[in-house]
Amino acid sequence: MYIEMRNIEKSYGDFKASKEVNFGLEKGTLAALLGPSGSGKTTILRMIAGFETPDTGDIIIDEKRVNDLPAADRGIGFVFQNYALFRYMTVYENIAFGLEVKKIHKKLIKERVMELLSLTGLEGLDKRYPNQLSGGQRQRVAFARALAPSPGLLLLDEPFAAIDAKVRQELRSWLKEMIHKVGITSIFVTHDQDEAVEVADEIIVTNQGRIEQIANPFEIYKNPATPFVAEFIGQSARMEGYHKLKGFEKGDFTGAIIRPEFVEAFKSDNLKFQDVMRCSEEGIIEDISFRGNYLEVRLNVNGISLTTRRSLERRPVSVGEKMHVIVYRIYAYDDKKAYLLENSLLNGANIVTF
Amino acid sequence: MKIKSKWILIGISGVFLFFMLVLPLISVITNSLKEGIGFYFQSLATPTVKSAFGVTVLAAVIAVAVNTIFGIAAAWLITRFSFKGKQILSAVIDIPFSISPVIAGLAFLMTFGRMGWAGGLLARLNEALGTNIQIVFAVPGVALATVFVTFPFVSREIIPVLLSVGKEEEEAAALMGADGFTIFRKITFPHIRWALLYGVILCTARALGEFGAVHALSKTRGETFTLPLEIDALYLSNSSESITSAFAVSSILVLMAVAVLIIRNIAEHQAKKNEENH
Ligand SMILES: Nc1ncnc2c1ncn2[C@@H]1O[C@H](COP(=O)(O)OP(=O)(O)OP(=O)(O)O)[C@@H](O)[C@H]1O
Ligand SMILES: [Mg+2]
Repeated sequence: MYIEMRNIEKSYGDFKASKEVNFGLEKGTLAALLGPSGSGKTTILRMIAGFETPDTGDIIIDEKRVNDLPAADRGIGFVFQNYALFRYMTVYENIAFGLEVKKIHKKLIKERVMELLSLTGLEGLDKRYPNQLSGGQRQRVAFARALAPSPGLLLLDEPFAAIDAKVRQELRSWLKEMIHKVGITSIFVTHDQDEAVEVADEIIVTNQGRIEQIANPFEIYKNPATPFVAEFIGQSARMEGYHKLKGFEKGDFTGAIIRPEFVEAFKSDNLKFQDVMRCSEEGIIEDISFRGNYLEVRLNVNGISLTTRRSLERRPVSVGEKMHVIVYRIYAYDDKKAYLLENSLLNGANIVTF
Repeated sequence: MKIKSKWILIGISGVFLFFMLVLPLISVITNSLKEGIGFYFQSLATPTVKSAFGVTVLAAVIAVAVNTIFGIAAAWLITRFSFKGKQILSAVIDIPFSISPVIAGLAFLMTFGRMGWAGGLLARLNEALGTNIQIVFAVPGVALATVFVTFPFVSREIIPVLLSVGKEEEEAAALMGADGFTIFRKITFPHIRWALLYGVILCTARALGEFGAVHALSKTRGETFTLPLEIDALYLSNSSESITSAFAVSSILVLMAVAVLIIRNIAEHQAKKNEENH
């Protein structure tokens, strides 16, 4: 483990911003802190950086307890949410600052800055001031500045928040590639799950100051550990009366969560689904909305409202049409945990999805 | 309709400004030259006026120096740290804005005068050191009073700038290992320099013109009098010549005020430009 948080608690006055925070990351991991607004993501990041002190618990970096170490001695690079570039310094001076403070030889500073400028594709912009750069370029400068003193851990607070949607996509892949190239252990904060899934090796899901789950994106998506994660990830909907659906029985659960991709709806003459026709039940289309590259179809099955996605390549459907509906799986939950329930009728059946 | 009301408003402001500000100032200048240019310079060269000029400049320089250091420290403290009593500190800084300068002067008199608690202390200190430092009715008292009335100007100008800039740049620098002084010099100061200059100018203008607080602590003409006190003394002596002298000395303050006004506008302009560019 390169970075570890052990039993961290943190309060601001009466408000508990971190509760029993425990997690560890291997060297070289790119992790995302994902959670809703106010769930304590920034607080965790700021405690690691040393801007805030935890009330109890240990922060371990590279096998050393760093709780009492000042921020500057922790070997951390930090990319701020709005970059916090030094407005009165050029790009070059910004990147060089951390090295100048360490009183490194001018020639070595120049070499390092030039190296970072070319790594981040900022060649030729070294004499510009931050206000003469685009949002994406500013982020690159912030990244280069954080990396300049060769930190062991890179922290990024919402690195894409201040950038418009189109450039964001590009920067995500850029940042991911860049971090893996440098090989630095990194944690970035986001409340956008697509971003977390796309960029991170590990996702740490936070909720109300607690860590709900830490796992790779696939696991988080496929096996959510808690009701919160099950509902937070994907386009999830809570569902009453899940046991009324064909293939599911009432267990010792308090409720269930379903996602559109768990629901299949097909017309009775669809040959592809003949094998599993017996597992299906009738659903009536209540609503269809166009979502750009697919349709979102809401059906009423046995009084339960289910949503599925339908490719535009398939035959058109209309409101009021009777469809055959199969639910592949759901997440049932009790107070603490979420459980994946597969459709019992489909056991062993050869499922063809379109 | 809109255009008409605009011209009416311009007219009202113009007439008001002319009669309330411009005309009185012009009358100061014309009155000061009533006995001829030779007399004008003669009035400025008397020992009491020269001394008053020196005391005024000295008090203003001390006030600016003290309040610049204090103002930056207080603004930094209020915007960058959270502590108990921050609200109180912030309110206390503004006291000179709301208290009459005369009361401030009297308060110093009561504190450092013969009857005041600090007065006794000062007497014993002088005895022990064999010195004769006086505060009340002496130049240090005048400087003290000037510092008091100009206290909030610098910090009040800097605080909003520090708040709007935020502390993230400073945190970024601290994380990279910069010490407090380097952070101030390289990161914070460039942000506040124009606001600071503006505060210093306001502080200077106020220091030059202060009458009430200084009046309570200054009794000797030619030694501890500042320019406003000297003008007052000349005017009250009631001969037509000395009244003309009073106007001549006043014209110096008017010229200083105009100079301050010009620098002030430049600073304001620069501060705005600065904000837009960064
Ligand atoms: N300095 C502070 N004083 C008091 N409360 C604070 C302070 N900083 C954060 N909090 C509170 O702690 C909680 C967690 O804050 P934090 O900034 O860590 O959330 P976050 O997950 O980063 O949210 P966001 O996605 O909105 O940035 C919030 O309810 C916030 O109001
Ligand atoms: Mg945050």
